[in-house]
Amino acid sequence: MAQQDQGSLLAMIVDADTATGLLLTGVGQVDLRKRANFLIVDDKTSQAKIEEAFKEFTTREDIAVVLINQVIAGMIRHLLDGYNKPVPAILEIPSKDAPYDPSQDSVLQRVRFMFGES
Amino acid sequence: MSTQNRYTVTPTVSVLAVMKARLAGATKGHSLLKKKADALNMRFRQILKKIVETKEEMGKVMKASFFSLAQARYATGDFKHTVFDSVDQATFKVKASQDNVAGVRLPKFEGVKEGADSKLGLIGLGTGGKQIQECRKSFMTAVDLLVELASLQTAFLTLDEAIKTTNRRVNALEHVVKPRLENTIAYIKGELDELEREEFFRLKKVQGNKKKHAEAAEALEAARAGHKGGAAAAPAARENEAANVLATELQDADIIF
Repeated sequence: MAQQDQGSLLAMIVDADTATGLLLTGVGQVDLRKRANFLIVDDKTSQAKIEEAFKEFTTREDIAVVLINQVIAGMIRHLLDGYNKPVPAILEIPSKDAPYDPSQDSVLQRVRFMFGES
Repeated sequence: MSTQNRYTVTPTVSVLAVMKARLAGATKGHSLLKKKADALNMRFRQILKKIVETKEEMGKVMKASFFSLAQARYATGDFKHTVFDSVDQATFKVKASQDNVAGVRLPKFEGVKEGADSKLGLIGLGTGGKQIQECRKSFMTAVDLLVELASLQTAFLTLDEAIKTTNRRVNALEHVVKPRLENTIAYIKGELDELEREEFFRLKKVQGNKKKHAEAAEALEAARAGHKGGAAAAPAARENEAANVLATELQDADIIF
């Protein structure tokens, strides 16, 4: 992480409501080149765009955590399952319309698998 | 004793000593790695438990946050565009530090608030500011929780990887290196025993030959003494005796003394 001294950012791929709440806390950042650390997904956002954003956030060096709405995570599940780097950490968060469902979470699935295994 | 599963070495005492030292090293390493694996596993279980708890808590906190967001919206009207537009520099950042468990470095995140709140604190100053600030606080706790969760999750993945590597090493030592060393040691010991037996046999043989030789010489001496005693003894007897000695000597082709 290049910017370790200044701290890393949280990135978000979330719907408008979640974005509103999270941005209120001051996690959002838009740099000089108008590059934002969040993507607001609505009905019109194409899957390709989400995938692209996911790839960008996971390769950027100044991002430590990527927050994804669980509904959106479901859309790019294949990318999430293939992703296994520890940093940035991918977190699935509930959205306003869809309550949190632990059984769909990639990490929790693995956790459960471990528990079942051991 | 299989010939495949051992090192190709010359069976000597010095090599045996080397192999024994290596086996001792492998045993020590194995027990140490096993301890490390245990330590990692313990930590891993702790983290697993914590992850599940935190995830569930996160679900609840997010629910509460969304409810307060709805309240704020009810009071203020839709303010999301104001929020989106006022995004500038992040004031909430994540600091990464490292935690050490049995030689495995675990990244650890910590949320840090820096700088003033800029415009965000002023949103909804006209109407419903209170609700928005409430909502903001609620989301703050949620973000803190999320960062903690991210930290746990990262530790989970790193530990998972580390445990796999350690287990692989433990198994490699236990099932490949140690048996192979043991086989080598057994092989060297067998060979050395074999050499010992050969040596023993050779000594016995030599001793036997010596004895035979001594007996022959004694007989000759006795014969000579007999000849001296009786002057009338036929020279033929002496000749016979001589021939006999010659014959025995011919028989023992490998006499070296």
